Amino acid sequence: MGRYVIRRLLQMIPVFIGSTFLIFFMVYALGDPVAALFGDRAPDPATAAQIRNELHLNDPLWKQYLLYMKNIFSGDFGTAFNGQSVTSLMGSAFPVTIRLTIVAIIFEIIIGITLGVITGMRRGKPVDTGVLLLTLIVISVPTFVTGYVLQYLFGVQLKWTAPSVSPEAPFNELILPGLVLALVSLAYVTRLTRTSIAENTRADYLRTAVAKGLPRRRIIIRHLLRNSLIPVVTFIGTDVGFLMGGAIVTERIFNIHGVGFQLYQGILRNNAPTVVGFVTILVLVFLLANLLVDLLYAVLDPRIRYA
Amino acid sequence: MPDTNPIDPEQGPIAPGGGYGGGMDLAASDAEALEREPGHGQEPGGPTGKPRSLWSDAWRDLRRNPIFIISVLIILFLIFISLWPGTIATQDPLAANLSKSQAGPEPGHPFGFDSQGRDVYTRVVYGARASVTVGVCATLGVVLLGSVLGGLAGFFGGWWDAILSRISDIFFGIPVVLGGLVFLSVVTNSTVWPVIGFMVLLGWPQIARIARGSVITARQNDYVQAARALGAGNSRMLLRHIAPNAVAPVIVVGTIALGTYIALEATLSYLGVGLKPPTVSWGIDISDASNQIRNAPHMLLWPAGALSITVLAFIMLGDAVRDALDPKLR
Amino acid sequence: MATAAEMSTEPVSARGGPLLDVRNLHVEFRTREGVARAVNGVDYAVDAGETLAVLGESGSGKSVTAQAIMGILDSPPGFVTQGQVLFHGEDLLKFGTEQRRKVRGARMAMIFQDALSALNPVLNVGEQLGEMFTVHRGLSRKDARAKAVELMERVRIPAAKERVRSYPHQFSGGMRQRVMIAMAMALEPELIIADEPTTALDVTVQAQVMDLLAELQREYNMGLILITHDLGVVADVADKIAVMYAGRIVETSPVHDIYRAPAHPYTKGLLDSIPRVDQKGQELYAIKGLPPNLLHIPPGCAFHPRCPLAQDICRTKIPPLYRVSEVRASACHFWKECIGDDRPAADKT
Repeated sequence: MGRYVIRRLLQMIPVFIGSTFLIFFMVYALGDPVAALFGDRAPDPATAAQIRNELHLNDPLWKQYLLYMKNIFSGDFGTAFNGQSVTSLMGSAFPVTIRLTIVAIIFEIIIGITLGVITGMRRGKPVDTGVLLLTLIVISVPTFVTGYVLQYLFGVQLKWTAPSVSPEAPFNELILPGLVLALVSLAYVTRLTRTSIAENTRADYLRTAVAKGLPRRRIIIRHLLRNSLIPVVTFIGTDVGFLMGGAIVTERIFNIHGVGFQLYQGILRNNAPTVVGFVTILVLVFLLANLLVDLLYAVLDPRIRYA
Repeated sequence: MPDTNPIDPEQGPIAPGGGYGGGMDLAASDAEALEREPGHGQEPGGPTGKPRSLWSDAWRDLRRNPIFIISVLIILFLIFISLWPGTIATQDPLAANLSKSQAGPEPGHPFGFDSQGRDVYTRVVYGARASVTVGVCATLGVVLLGSVLGGLAGFFGGWWDAILSRISDIFFGIPVVLGGLVFLSVVTNSTVWPVIGFMVLLGWPQIARIARGSVITARQNDYVQAARALGAGNSRMLLRHIAPNAVAPVIVVGTIALGTYIALEATLSYLGVGLKPPTVSWGIDISDASNQIRNAPHMLLWPAGALSITVLAFIMLGDAVRDALDPKLR
Repeated sequence: MATAAEMSTEPVSARGGPLLDVRNLHVEFRTREGVARAVNGVDYAVDAGETLAVLGESGSGKSVTAQAIMGILDSPPGFVTQGQVLFHGEDLLKFGTEQRRKVRGARMAMIFQDALSALNPVLNVGEQLGEMFTVHRGLSRKDARAKAVELMERVRIPAAKERVRSYPHQFSGGMRQRVMIAMAMALEPELIIADEPTTALDVTVQAQVMDLLAELQREYNMGLILITHDLGVVADVADKIAVMYAGRIVETSPVHDIYRAPAHPYTKGLLDSIPRVDQKGQELYAIKGLPPNLLHIPPGCAFHPRCPLAQDICRTKIPPLYRVSEVRASACHFWKECIGDDRPAADKT
């Protein structure tokens, strides 16, 4: 196991470099960070040249990238568009997004798994067909549509929640946004659980469990669920990485000042340090989440052993 | 190697709306199941009987599946109106009449007007073209690039495979809406092509993985080994024996992906980096309407409904085809 | 007949009915394609300490009968439509779900063909064995584990103390089947149904596992129903044989008689298709045709399309079980011709 972890960590290095370089390339080579600093005004050529020099923008791209990475690993992520350091921006944004992600994951687990188990055990029945169709609809309606509709419904019409979230973003204000963020994954969790349950219901070992005279409850919990939830747990694990980076739309709808919101601002204002800095962290989170999921899988399923 | 990855996160980077990669799992986990079903070749019909019986069985199933029929009808209708929108919408989608700003339905304008006084019905009809174009072109590009690269990697293995796997890992690591924002915000061209190009760039690894998996499975089939022993050349092997096996999962994932690309285009347009006016796009219209939801919900609901039905049609089609092609569920 | 005299000493249960008595059992599967009649009036009985071998091709209904006895039929689509399963004279089919459950595992147990898929892949064997004790006997987990080790030693799994924490995939095929046997034996049931217990194993291991099973059966005086299509296994361990075809019993007999003189052309076909050393060089016999589709069982005798002795009557009239001797019966209109057919004269009196 230890050697496997080391090998996986080593494998992550090229992927990390590749992803961050790709983003770096897009932001620095395709965009114009200096022009962005001046907004709509045309920069004075001399000042612009000076800034370019200071920011090492005249160096070859790979050299800029190395310099940037060197700064990052010494904790310097540069300055955001509003003069704040990117690190302090992260300090305020990440906790918000983490809270939002937690709410979303809880929805996925509670609603997704419950629906999946119900439908998986009643395949072909009206409940099953209905829920299945519902998941397709949820998957098909884009998040920015469901987001606005639910915000309008619960926030404006019924007034159950505030239509937008305060800057502190406490958990209770994040319930609706968390649901919106979770919806599509929730549909996938439902479908995945359903397929997995249905497959395992037909498995030989389940018939053995019945032949052993075990009570129905025990058969379902200890044998059926224990086996069926393995792929679901790993899906949810991977989803953490995606949810963190995917909250751009949700955070924009509900005006949540999290990672997605800051990134969107950074991109609109062409602020390179913000964009590259946040993306670097997100890529790292994503890669680590994937590694953890792999390890978790080995714990849950003894057949998987890593050489 | 990615093979050691126990769950092999097939879920590609492109997902509807929310824009995180969970999107593709619907098709992928099952497409994987398709690949694992090599046994068919052993039937009395012999190896060549396999694709034929699989496809004819699937076709028989599909013809009786109402979901399949409904989604095909919707898709045919969408293609029709994106080619000839003028046949059912006679007005000009750009014609603005500010005095009618945000007005509700009236005779001749069943869906009402948007903020600039343009006819919502006409705009919904004309919006189909952008969505369908982006969806179809992006899917074609992704499928072509992905199956060629993935197929070659699976067939030749070794270095090809190692490099390709690492590259696709890189693309998987970038959340798609985020990548789209960064990439498209620096592009000034306002046509559909940068959007399509971006989707192909980030979408191909998904198909490549599936194609690679199918090719590796197919290559291990006895009859393929036999053909090789009999001296069949590489290109003949790929086209005659291996490609037919990879087609089914690629079609399923491709169909569902088409729906999600349409949703992605709308999402990017909503965020202001996808298509830009004067192109008529549901995403742009939804974005414009989103601030006005309190005053004029019809501005949001009609394009949003059209978009959702379109995406749903493609996803249902892919779902139905997948069910029909998966022998395990029979 | 000498053999009949031998068999008469066998216990035909003077103690008020046999351990298990299956009477006129009917099972059908209601599928989209139609109703498949998998079992059509099966009668057989097993006594304590006795081994009944149920023989037949796949689809003959032998496994479905066993599942109906155990009460583990997948339902839907499978339904018992008629008959009785008398266990100590009580009809299990009339038992409630909970009553039935308490019989399963504790008083009658089942051994499946493929232990790798029949054991839960993500629980270690100790948990799976111990479960029998915690559920049926209310033992603590710790005591149950000790029992599990004991059981594994019983079925001669080496290093049982360590291996109790291993998972099914970490055992060899033979050892896995021993775990299966241990699980069935756990609560010392009165009846064991073994569904092709050695088919999935290497030939070298088959005999060992079969011997173990026979030994344990003797030790605990259990009734054993051995479902198989392997006549070789049967000869060594079974007391009597029931041959099934298309959901019916076509012949029942003490084991030795059947080898000497089969009373049904299907049994004869099965026997003739065993390769024999003394017939080296001859072409191997095979019953022509395929087993019938259970959705469309042929009228009359289900075997008639494949039968060399078939006459017109076979196409219209379902043969009843004709009494061949005190202990034998055959469902063939022409059983006499079959018994008399080309057997060396020495075998008959």
